[in-house]
Amino acid sequence: MTSPLQQKLKITGPVVVTANRLGDGAVIYRASEGKWSTDLASAAVVTTAPAALELLNAAIADRLGAVDPYVAPVEVTPDERVLPGNLRERIRSSGPTVALPGERAI
Amino acid sequence: MYVYDDFDRTLVAERVREFRDQVGRRLSGELTEEEFKPLRLMNGVYLQLHAYMLRIAIPYGTLSSHQLRTLAHVARRYDRNYGHFTTRQNIQFNWIKLEELPDAMADLARAGLHGMQTSGNCVRNITTDQWAGVAPDEIEDARIWAELLRQHLTLHPEFSFLPRKFKIALTASAHDRAAVKVHDIGLRMHRNGAGETGFEVMVGGGLGRTPFIAKTIKPFLPKRDLLSYVEAIIRIYNQYGRRDNIYKARIKILVHELGAEKFAAEVEQEWQSIKDGALALDPAVVADIASRFRYPDYEELADSPPELIKARNENKHFRRWLDNSVANHKVAGHAIVTLSLKPEGEPPGDATAAQMDVIADLADRYSFGEIRVGHEQNLVLPHVAQRDLPALWRALDEIGVATPNVSLISDIIACPGLDYCSLANARSIPVAEEITRRFKDLDLAHNLGRLHINISGCINACGHHHVGHIGILGVEKNGEEFYQVTIGGRAGEDAELGKILGPAVPYGEIADVVEDIAAAYLELRERPDELFIDTVSRVGVDPFKERVYATR
Repeated sequence: MTSPLQQKLKITGPVVVTANRLGDGAVIYRASEGKWSTDLASAAVVTTAPAALELLNAAIADRLGAVDPYVAPVEVTPDERVLPGNLRERIRSSGPTVALPGERAI
Repeated sequence: MYVYDDFDRTLVAERVREFRDQVGRRLSGELTEEEFKPLRLMNGVYLQLHAYMLRIAIPYGTLSSHQLRTLAHVARRYDRNYGHFTTRQNIQFNWIKLEELPDAMADLARAGLHGMQTSGNCVRNITTDQWAGVAPDEIEDARIWAELLRQHLTLHPEFSFLPRKFKIALTASAHDRAAVKVHDIGLRMHRNGAGETGFEVMVGGGLGRTPFIAKTIKPFLPKRDLLSYVEAIIRIYNQYGRRDNIYKARIKILVHELGAEKFAAEVEQEWQSIKDGALALDPAVVADIASRFRYPDYEELADSPPELIKARNENKHFRRWLDNSVANHKVAGHAIVTLSLKPEGEPPGDATAAQMDVIADLADRYSFGEIRVGHEQNLVLPHVAQRDLPALWRALDEIGVATPNVSLISDIIACPGLDYCSLANARSIPVAEEITRRFKDLDLAHNLGRLHINISGCINACGHHHVGHIGILGVEKNGEEFYQVTIGGRAGEDAELGKILGPAVPYGEIADVVEDIAAAYLELRERPDELFIDTVSRVGVDPFKERVYATR
């Protein structure tokens, strides 16, 4: 298997780097200045392969901050809001699409 | 209930201490993720889309009320107030924090619960009939043999790094409620011509990307040889199973490529060299294990007591539940009660912490403190006096687990799908929820009769879609969810793989397709008691295909 550090990224649009937080598994996004955020709106958005690779490599190097970082597509709206680029990322960002059973009273 | 001894308790407690140390070293950076991942997987800890998931084994599906309360406590204290019962007699918590996992595991360990062998390339939690020990048609309590296998194979050093995961299921009843033919090893207890009891041994069953029904390699195995023969099978698999390709690593591929006869010959040769050694089962050992399964001190009661007859005659809702969810018990005056975890519009197999607590209380009051978990993702109270059924029904109805839909179209088996699982391509739960809404009319559901729907969110087939009477497989096409439908699958003693109906349909149409199939069945069946699956066998796929695709 090719190491993520050696992967050739194909970027066809805006992307972010996302992962799960080590301590609790929460979905996090790589923000500017080496920080992580649980808010997609704070994510660093890049549009070229070299920029994405740089962001990814920095994320991978942070072995205590995040688990299994990868590049994920996003959509940037005309008013510059950042939205998840596919259903999987939408679910990661917003949670399950169904009501959680633990939230209902019996 | 099986009574754990000091050895069991020490083993589980030691594992918790070990895992606490491993988590600490991961959080401090002493262990990398690459080093830590196989360690957490050995304890049933996965990383899913939103959080860590902890999978806990419920060996042969038997829980005490104390254990169920402990699961409720873990759901409440460490998760989001619910748990998900799976198709392999496990429970999963979907929102556990790594930092809190050692404490959660310590709480579980005090109740004899753990996540060992719920993940990784080892022999997984051994499953059996959720009615074992109480089913009128069983030869013996299959759990005794499952426990023998569990003790022998738990942390078995030779089998801790198999080519791939390995699943064993047993049944000791004429009707297979454990889906043994879709397991790596399926064991069916039966009597031979001489009246002796032993096992039919089947190997190479499994679903996933390449589904197979298991093949019989030993029509009759004496009970004394169970451990040695299973050992021989796993040794041959461990030696010849592929490790170069994860998609071809399961034993089913080896059995298929080698041929069942050749595989059986290899096993036989290995077995002959070990069968009379240390693994030959001493009847005293079997008796010792059997003695640790404590059975209730049942009252002497007659079947069909007056209070039951009265309630049945007076309340049509109770009558419907009684006819659907209550089964005969091997002891007169008692019953086996299935609790449906498939209410309308809710995720299949989920139970809230509050529900678990109430069910534990009801188990204490009405079922000698015992609960069972079935692979259909429902719960069972296995020892209920028939006179108590009206009161139990009212209590179960209050917490939403008395929907009389057991084995009907809304009793859907479904994996967590893309709402939770990092492997999934499509969602399962909202599809299941929508189908239960479409068939919320119980008159319609009962008119349709026994009809199993199984949904998987990807080709790994955790929802067993290949063996659903109607199977639904989620796939992804150009970023959109589509669903491929099969019909005619079965999971029991006459296991069969379903046949593909036609092109996959988009998310928005899958519930319509199920309605079309149901409507076609009502038109095609010869008489009201011809089951859906029998109609499909008689007429084939084409009439259903024509109906579904006529307007698509």
